[in-house]
Amino acid sequence: MDETFYDVLRRQGVSRRSFMKFCSLTAAALGLGPQLAPTLAHALETKPRIPVLWLHGLECTCCSEAFIRSAHPLASDVILSMLSLDYDDTIMASAGHQAEAIVEEIVTKHKGNYILAVEGNPPLNEDGMYCIIGGKPFVEQLKYAASNAKAVISWGSCASWGCVQAAKPNPTQAVPVHKVIHDKPIIRVPGCPPIPEVMTAVITYILTFERIPELDRQGRPKMFYSQRIHDKCYRRPHFDAGQFVEAWDDENARKGYCLYKMGCKGPTTYNSCSTTRWNGGVSFPIQAGHGCIGCSEDGFWDNGSFYDRLTNIKQFGVEENADVIGATAAGVVGAAIAAHAAVSAIKNARSKGDNE
Amino acid sequence: MVIATDFDPPPPTAPKPNGNGNGFQPAIYVYEFPVRIWHFVNAFAIAALLVSGYFIGSPPPTLSGEASDHFLMGYIRFTHFAAGYILIIGMAARTYWAFVGNKHALEIFAPPILTAKFWDNTWHEFKRYVFLEKEGRKYVCHNPIAVLTMHFMFLWGITFMIFTGLALYGEGTGMGTWQHTLFTSWIIPIFGNSQNLHTFHHLAAWSILIFVMIHVYGAVRDELLGHQSIFSTIVSGYRTFKSPGKPEDMDRA
Ligand code: SF4
Ligand code: SF4
Repeated sequence: MDETFYDVLRRQGVSRRSFMKFCSLTAAALGLGPQLAPTLAHALETKPRIPVLWLHGLECTCCSEAFIRSAHPLASDVILSMLSLDYDDTIMASAGHQAEAIVEEIVTKHKGNYILAVEGNPPLNEDGMYCIIGGKPFVEQLKYAASNAKAVISWGSCASWGCVQAAKPNPTQAVPVHKVIHDKPIIRVPGCPPIPEVMTAVITYILTFERIPELDRQGRPKMFYSQRIHDKCYRRPHFDAGQFVEAWDDENARKGYCLYKMGCKGPTTYNSCSTTRWNGGVSFPIQAGHGCIGCSEDGFWDNGSFYDRLTNIKQFGVEENADVIGATAAGVVGAAIAAHAAVSAIKNARSKGDNE
Repeated sequence: MVIATDFDPPPPTAPKPNGNGNGFQPAIYVYEFPVRIWHFVNAFAIAALLVSGYFIGSPPPTLSGEASDHFLMGYIRFTHFAAGYILIIGMAARTYWAFVGNKHALEIFAPPILTAKFWDNTWHEFKRYVFLEKEGRKYVCHNPIAVLTMHFMFLWGITFMIFTGLALYGEGTGMGTWQHTLFTSWIIPIFGNSQNLHTFHHLAAWSILIFVMIHVYGAVRDELLGHQSIFSTIVSGYRTFKSPGKPEDMDRA
């Protein structure tokens, strides 16, 4: 098991040329600049491969689906070879007890020297019975696998925030990974799913430099989550000009105006879609004419309709947004003031009459 | 009602507050120049912020033509940010003045809520506003209900708006800027996400509008029916009294 990453790649049939290409691509994706590509290559050539365990909890597998479609086929090849795919529910060869034994082997043999990647999250209600892996609640497998891990990667919005299964009222009491694992560094890579290039870049960074990329206060790698979709959106000039799509089938929609009024969550969503785009840089939701739904944000399922700019608030019985509630309250206060003024005037006139 | 014209303000040089024969309290200098200037700058900033803020959330109808011909949302947002900065700088100056200015400048920052008299006056004024009491009492500074609304609705409300506003502004200026480091980085996690933060910023904005309505109505009503000057005071700084007697907060004044 003391093979280097490079050995593994060569064994898997990746040419040196392709390998170097991958290094420069990834260095660029990470914002490291071309001069760091050789550093990356050197690290991969000399460092022994670090095993990665990939667990699945409550999820829809969209993270795995995205990951294996990483834009550059090369990237996915390389990454998939780098990962120890001995254990990944979706794509591993083994099954049953044999598979479960692999988790144990990695946890005990590679103590403190493997990465735990988690897709999905553990439900805690009914002792975790809503998600059973190998006859045991997922939360137990998660805790066990994390016990000796060097670091934990929370793939996707499920592991990072809770996602749809944790949306109100959250019957299974699904919680994000950091609510269960407290003693390990956790890197959150939110998105539903996260952008494949972001996933491969994050894991390459960790494996080659053996350290965690710089994280923001919410535990997300700064290099990919420090800006909003809106900050880099190509429709932004229309936003600044005040040109909006007003209805899905209007002329403005055809002209590609800003989708703000159609509920685009770009201004409140931290992700790289407007820079990296999807499917090999082909497009991303806004380019396809639909607003961003904010899938990488905490609690995006509970932020009301995907098609409203202002969130509806449910605490008032009727669902209304802050401005409707505010205007109503102001109207009520205004009416109260008018009534009060009228009574004051009448009373005052009367008392004046009494005095005369 | 005593009509303002039939009262002669005693000379400001009167030896003792109530000892000048007719029992009228002489005019007292209450709002110093910086407070008066701030009051109006702040009022204009709030008006600009409320209007521009509303249009940021619900933009006006689309403009036709090329994007390069217009910058409407840009100007609306610029108005909001510029007015926001004016309000913040004004609030900072006003807070400083609360400590270096006269005693009245501090009242809305530190209402005298620990005195029984304050609450007795509050109760009295409350009864007056619900028509259970005919006449208001006299105050050099503010009546206690005004103080309470200014302290809780305005000061706390505007503090909330400044913090959330800077946090939202820091989203645009980006990581590494002081707005982001000092505000955005810790305020967004409190609200869970940026969308929720926007929602609360909107709700609090409406509460500021409601404060303005109450504040202006209270001022108009007390100007007409109360026993002391209101409008001329915020313009000239001097409080004059329309009926004889010692103001309630004279000992603090
Ligand atoms: S993070 Fe959301 S998106 Fe990814 S597997 Fe989970 S449900 Fe699917
Ligand atoms: S389409 Fe969305 S992200 Fe793009 S400029 Fe408009 S509001 Fe911002």
